[in-house]
Amino acid sequence: MEMEPTNKIHIENLNVYAGKQQILKDINIDIPKNKITVIMGPSGCGKTTLLKCMNRLTDLYPELKVTGKVMINDKNVLEAEEDIVKLRQYMGLLSQRPYPLPMTIYNNIAFGLKLKGVKKRRELNKQVVRYLQQANLWDEVKNRLREPASRLSIGQQQRLCLARGLAVNPEIILADEPTSALDPISSQYIEEKFVELKNNYTIVLVTHILRQARRIADYVVFMYLGEVIEQGTVEEVFGNPRMEKTKQYLGGTFN
Amino acid sequence: MKLSRKIEEKVFKVLMVITTYSILAILAIIIYSIFAKGIKALSWEILTQVPKGGYYYGKGGGILNAILGSLSLAFGATLLAFIVGLPVALYINVFLVRRKKLITLIRFILDLVWGIPSIVYVAFGFSMMILLGLQTSLLAGMLTVTLFILPIMIRSMDEILRTVPIGLSEAAYSLGSNKSELAFKIFTRQTISGIITAILLSFGRAIGDAASVLFTAGYTDNLPNSLMEPVATLPLSIFFQLSSPVPAVQDRAYASALVLTLIILLVSLFSRGLGKRYHKTKVNF
Amino acid sequence: MYLLNRSQRHRVNYTWMIVSLLLVASLPFLLFLGLYLKSFLLIHDYHLGDLLFSRVWKPGSGKFGFYPFIVGSIWVTLMAMLISAPICLLTAIYVTQYTRKRFLRIMHPAIDILAGIPSVVYGVWGILVIVPFISRFVGPLFGVQTLGYSILAAALVLSIMIIPFILNILIEVFRTIPVELKEASLSLGATQWETVKSVLVKKALPGIIAAFGFGLARAFGETMAVLMVVGNVVKLPKSVFDPGYTLPALIANNYGEMLSIPKYESALMFAALILLAVSLFFNLVMHFFIDRYNKFSA
Repeated sequence: MEMEPTNKIHIENLNVYAGKQQILKDINIDIPKNKITVIMGPSGCGKTTLLKCMNRLTDLYPELKVTGKVMINDKNVLEAEEDIVKLRQYMGLLSQRPYPLPMTIYNNIAFGLKLKGVKKRRELNKQVVRYLQQANLWDEVKNRLREPASRLSIGQQQRLCLARGLAVNPEIILADEPTSALDPISSQYIEEKFVELKNNYTIVLVTHILRQARRIADYVVFMYLGEVIEQGTVEEVFGNPRMEKTKQYLGGTFN
Repeated sequence: MKLSRKIEEKVFKVLMVITTYSILAILAIIIYSIFAKGIKALSWEILTQVPKGGYYYGKGGGILNAILGSLSLAFGATLLAFIVGLPVALYINVFLVRRKKLITLIRFILDLVWGIPSIVYVAFGFSMMILLGLQTSLLAGMLTVTLFILPIMIRSMDEILRTVPIGLSEAAYSLGSNKSELAFKIFTRQTISGIITAILLSFGRAIGDAASVLFTAGYTDNLPNSLMEPVATLPLSIFFQLSSPVPAVQDRAYASALVLTLIILLVSLFSRGLGKRYHKTKVNF
Repeated sequence: MYLLNRSQRHRVNYTWMIVSLLLVASLPFLLFLGLYLKSFLLIHDYHLGDLLFSRVWKPGSGKFGFYPFIVGSIWVTLMAMLISAPICLLTAIYVTQYTRKRFLRIMHPAIDILAGIPSVVYGVWGILVIVPFISRFVGPLFGVQTLGYSILAAALVLSIMIIPFILNILIEVFRTIPVELKEASLSLGATQWETVKSVLVKKALPGIIAAFGFGLARAFGETMAVLMVVGNVVKLPKSVFDPGYTLPALIANNYGEMLSIPKYESALMFAALILLAVSLFFNLVMHFFIDRYNKFSA
C-alpha cells in the first residue's frame, strides 16, 4: 500500500450477520479525509449495509449482528454508548429516497440546528438561509419556507435533505445511491455539489452507476458478495484493475 | 359447463347480494327508526335543562345533566388514556425497535386485553373504588372508562405508528436526534392524523359505553360539578327514561338516544375531517 | 419542559414511557387477581362444580347456581354467531371479489357507523323494533305466545352489533389474498364462485376463524343491549322464544343489591371472573390462529 493521506474512518475486521447468513465478511478499509470515496459493486454485495455500519444505523435492524471496529476520531462507533447520538451527528446521511421530516421547509433545517443548540430566532434564520443556499435550494423556496416540505419535488426534497444534513456540521457525509431516484438534471446537480463539498467534508458514496464513480470518485472500494475485492485510487481501480472480478465488473461482463 | 355448476354460481351470487344489501338496509332501518321516533320528542327544552322533580314520571326538564356528564366523563377518560397510551405506543415503536421478542410479547398482552368486555372492568373498578374509599363519582367513572378504552387507544396508535418508514428514523438519527426526540417530535407529527383518529375513536367508545359507568359513576339529576360526586351519563339516562311507565317519558328516551347517536356520528365525521386537515405536513413515502 | 435540557427531557420522557408501559402490561394480571380475590369468599365455600352447574339461584338463601346464566349467555352468543357469521362471510366475499373498489367506499363508512352506534341505542332499537316484531310476527308464525323479550330478540340484536367487527376483519383477510391465486384458479377453468369456494376460502381459513372468534368474544361480553331485550328471567330457557338471562346482565342488574346480601358481591365478581377467563381464553386462541394465518400467507 502506498502512503495514504490522513484517514478519517478506519474499519477493521467488520463482520455483519443476518441470522445465519453473513452479509459482510472481514471488511478492512480506510476512508481518506476530504476525498470522495466510492463504494461500488453489484446489488446485494453489502455496500448499503457497510454504509449503515458507519453510523450504526444497523441498530434499527434487529436481525443484524455487527462485530469489529469502526474507528472515527479514535472512537469505536460500534461500542459507543451515550455518545452515539453525538457521533451520529458527525456523519450526515443522504438516502436513496429523500426523507424530509414531517414539518415545514424551514423547520426541516431548523430541527438539526436546534439539536446543535442554536436557539435565537435571528441566528436560526441566518443559518437556514445559509444552508439552503449551499444546497442551491434557496431561490426556489425562499417564498415558501413555511410550507410543508412534502410539497417539494423529489429533486428539491433531496437537496433539502442535503441542506438539512449540512446544517448539523458533520465532518463526513454518507450517501446511499443519492441520485438513483432523481432525474438526470437533479442527479448531475448533486454530483457537482459533492465535488464542491469534498474540500470541507469527507464523502463516502455508495453507487452502482459506474460512470458516476468514474466521474467524481477519488478513491474506490469494490465489493462483491460481502467482501472487499479491491480498493485504491480511481486511476488504479478503473485504469489498472488487479483482481479478475473487478475487471469483469468494470467491463460489464459480470455473471 | 354443467348445469349444476351454473346454478350453484347463480344461487350463491344472489345470496351474497341479499346479505350485502341487507346489511345496508338494516343500517338504514336502525338510523331511520331512531331518527323518526327521536325527532318527535326532541325539543330545545330537553337539550338545555336538567331533570326537574318527577322528570321520570312525566314532568318537565331535560337531559342536560346527562349530556354534560357524559361529555366530561368521556373527555376526562380519553385524556387519561391518551396520557398513558401515547408513550406506550411510541415506546414500542421507537425504543424497542431492536427487541423483537419483547415487542411481540407486549403486543400480545395488548391483544389479550383488547377484547375484555367492559362489564369486567366495571366489576374490577367497583372493587377498586371500595378499596380506595371512593364513592360513586365522576372520578371513579372516569378511571374505569379509562381502563376500558386504553387498549383501543394504544392499539390504534400502534397500528399507525408501525407505518412510519425506517428511512425517516435513519434521517433523524443522522441529524443527531435522540430516541425520545425522534418519538415525540417526528413520529407524532408524521402520524398526527392517525393519532387524532385514535383519540376520537376512543372518545366515541367512552361516551357510548353504558356498562362501565353503571356502578362507578352513579347517577344524579344535577349537572357535573365536582370530580367526587356522582354524575349522570347519557346511556344511563336513556335507560332510566325507557323504564318509566309514562309513554311521554319513553319518547324522551328515544330523543336522548338520538342525541347520543348524533354526538357519536359527529365525532366520527369530525375525526375524518380533522385528520385530513393535519395531514398536510405528513410526508407520503 | 422547555427549561430542561435535551438529556433531562429525554429522561423525563423515558420515565413516563416506562411507567405507562408497566401499568398497561400489568392490566390483565391485575384484573384477574382482583376479581379472583373478590370472589374468593364464594369459591372458598362452594364447590366450583356446584357453582357452575347448579340451577338454583336464590342469593337470599345462599344458593348460587350460575348455570342458567351461563346457558343464557351461550345460547344468545351462539345464535347471534349463527346468524351473523354466514351473512358476514358472504358479504365479505361479495364486496371483495364481485364488486368494484368504489363499492367498498360505501361499505366502509356504513360499517363504521354500525360499529359506532352505542350498545344502549341498539337496546333501544331492539325494544322499538325487534321485540314487537317477535311478539307480533315471528312468535305467532311458530305458534308461540311470547312477549318478545327473549333469547331470540337478544340474539338478533347482538348479531347486528357484531357484524361490523367480523366484517371488517373478513374484508381485510380477503383483500390480502394475492390476486395471482385467483387468476391461477380462473385460468384452470373454474368459475368465480368455485374459485372462492375451493381456493380463496381455504387460504383465508385461519383469518376467517379468527374473525369469527373475535365476534364471538364480543358477543359473549355484550352487556347493555342484551340486558334490555333478553327478559332477565332466571330460568333455563326451553326455547328461543323464552326470556333468559346472561352473565353480563346478571352483574349489571344486581349491583344495587350486592352489598345487602352476604356473598352476593363475591358471586357477581365471580360472574365477572368467568367472563374475564372466557374472553382471555378466546383472545389467546384467536391470537394463535392469526399468527398461523400470518405465517401462512407471508
